[in-house]
Amino acid sequence: MPSIKTLAQREEKEVRFTPGHTLCAGCAEPMVVRTVLNAIADPVVVASPTGCLEVASSRFPGTAWNVPWIHVAFENAGAVISGVEAAYKALRRTGAIRRRIRFVVFAGDGGTYDIGLQALSGALERGHDFLYVCLNNEAYMNTGVQRSSATPACAAATTAPVGDAIPGKPQDRKDLTEIVAAHHVPYVAQAAVSHLIDLANKVERAMKHEGPKFLNVLTTCPLGWRTPRDSALVQSKLAVETRYWPLYEVVEGKYKINYKPKERVPVEEWLKTQGRFRHLFRDPKGQERIAEFQAAVDRHWEYLLRKETCFSGGEGGQG
Amino acid sequence: MRKVMTGHKAVAEAMRQIEPDVVAVYPITPQSEIAEYYAEYVHDGIVHTELVPVESEHSALSACVGAAAAGARVMTATSSQGLALLVEVLYIAAGMRLPIVMALANRALSAPINIHCDHSDAYLARDSGAFQIFCESAQEAYDYTLIAQRIAEHERVRLPGIVNLDGFALTHTAQVVEPLEDAVAKEFVGPFQAVYPLLDVEKPVTWGAFAMPDYYFELKRAQQAAIEEVPAAFLAVQKEFVRLAGRPYAGFVDAYRLEDADRALVVLGSTAGTAKVAVDALREKGEKVGLLKVWLFRPFPYGAVAEALGHLRHVAVLDRAISFGAMGALYSDVAAALYRRKDRPALVNYIYGLGGRDITVEQLQNVLVELPKVRPDEALRYIGLRE
Ligand SMILES: Cc1ncc(C[n+]2csc(CCOP(=O)(O)OP(=O)(O)O)c2C)c(N)n1
Ligand code: SF4
Ligand SMILES: [Mg+2]
Repeated sequence: MPSIKTLAQREEKEVRFTPGHTLCAGCAEPMVVRTVLNAIADPVVVASPTGCLEVASSRFPGTAWNVPWIHVAFENAGAVISGVEAAYKALRRTGAIRRRIRFVVFAGDGGTYDIGLQALSGALERGHDFLYVCLNNEAYMNTGVQRSSATPACAAATTAPVGDAIPGKPQDRKDLTEIVAAHHVPYVAQAAVSHLIDLANKVERAMKHEGPKFLNVLTTCPLGWRTPRDSALVQSKLAVETRYWPLYEVVEGKYKINYKPKERVPVEEWLKTQGRFRHLFRDPKGQERIAEFQAAVDRHWEYLLRKETCFSGGEGGQG
Repeated sequence: MRKVMTGHKAVAEAMRQIEPDVVAVYPITPQSEIAEYYAEYVHDGIVHTELVPVESEHSALSACVGAAAAGARVMTATSSQGLALLVEVLYIAAGMRLPIVMALANRALSAPINIHCDHSDAYLARDSGAFQIFCESAQEAYDYTLIAQRIAEHERVRLPGIVNLDGFALTHTAQVVEPLEDAVAKEFVGPFQAVYPLLDVEKPVTWGAFAMPDYYFELKRAQQAAIEEVPAAFLAVQKEFVRLAGRPYAGFVDAYRLEDADRALVVLGSTAGTAKVAVDALREKGEKVGLLKVWLFRPFPYGAVAEALGHLRHVAVLDRAISFGAMGALYSDVAAALYRRKDRPALVNYIYGLGGRDITVEQLQNVLVELPKVRPDEALRYIGLRE
């Protein structure tokens, strides 16, 4: 398993994602991108759909990418990487390419849960050999914090504002990790930017498998969540401790929860630190909504525990 | 060797000989057979192509873009709603200068949904930056698929190209086709030259960067320069092909009995075959009529069209799609081509054949006969319509 030292050494040898980007100060995206790329020893080719990472890393004539990188549109990263990987297979067959190359997608939740879901599902079903990393910041950040299907219930978004009639997003978030797992691909996991070693381990384990691999990484966004700039890691850690964002993996169909918080920290602790949930603590009905939110978190945790019991025996992971 | 085959089979045969590294394709009537034939070649192991059986046309062209940027030769095919779905990516393929050749089995756009031929799909892609060729026959569909591949990959062009063949009229009709020998076709197409391939991990490149107002305009101007290189490449490749295959192709347009004519039709695609019969019949009666078939629709060959039509007195431009709220797209191009000439023919715009409505020899004869009496104005006229 890669240590921080190995990751740092790899980056010293080859900076794959350089500091020449314009992501916000305090943005969690570069930490995830660098950790994932440093955890892969082989050469990589990266694809990204439209979104914060793409816009902030590729303004012509500059680029922050020191590895081959491609952006085509917002809804098609799964299809683009399919084409790149198909080209690789064909050119390996003709002998034009000999070395081993790995394929990675970094996509936002919008480009994954919503508009890109069909292309992703197609790529998973066809079994292309690639790692898909969802940089899940729970909204369309690049275009001004609009709701996505990853946005949690109650959160304020610019297309789900806190109005007198409807306070924030009425619907619960989509469970995309389970949707991907239902494609029965070799490796599916949830990770969080606060747990970088866990993330690096997951990448390393994922890359041992042929075929589609998927990582849903909670990637905090201080701007969209309305939290202080230096809070990305704290926010992410709280999301894990409150069991809002369980760290788990599904390896060849076997479930493993990688981290089970010893104490039950109420999700309110996480909600109250974010501007997007502030209204819950002012509104007279707020406590009711927080209770519903907690119930949903508990249900999901129970569901995962049961899945782990029924489908256990996954490799690796730390308790 | 001459063989009887449909337009679909002719295109599929050309694709088999080109043997792209990647084919990503999604079925739609009347294009499906191209996808099916190619899948057969792959499943029978007679091509090395990696087939990507995508879940939509949008993904088909997206996968083609990824594969082409990766450094592979790629092809696809679509029709109608499929074209409409992927048109976003077609603009991107052109902006990224990727030489992807796509057969387009021309079919009407919804609503109402209709699977039969017209040119509304091709017109939807008109301003995409892809070059477009229209074919009259299955033979032309075969020939121009090979020719388009060379134009698309030409070092000064590097753009996507569309080979149009009329749905059913060409795609499903068996005709006599004379394909090249495999070795000859392969030699003509030549090996693929990748430009800045993504898979060259030693020289990392950024594909699909975003450009602000400080660069976007210059990049689009450069793209226009690329499509302006198509005519020269078209002529050179066509000439080379004619030398090899001995076909009667010369230039961007097919001028049929125009030299001493005073009236003519202008059409795209398979209607040219019907129109030639109409012209011949009227010529028998001593009428000085002719036909202009446009092979290269984008970039539009203004000079060649003006040259071919300039001496006529009356011209009927036939559009097989309505550009709602405007004159037909082909009409507008022909009018623009003739505008700078002092003597120019009177132009009339006819709309015909929408959603697969038949166009007959008799109807085309009637157009040519009535033409001198029709007032050239901005009214659309319709052929074969119940009103
Ligand atoms: C077809 C299409 N629809 C809408 C957009 C506008 N758009 C670009 S990025 C984006 C949101 C990106 O959100 P996400 O994928 O979550 O990435 P983030 O910016 O949050 O990292 C939207 C709506 C687009 N570029 N293309
Ligand atoms: S808006 Fe959020 S995700 Fe986007 S760059 Fe800023 S902090 Fe990062
Ligand atoms: Mg997002």
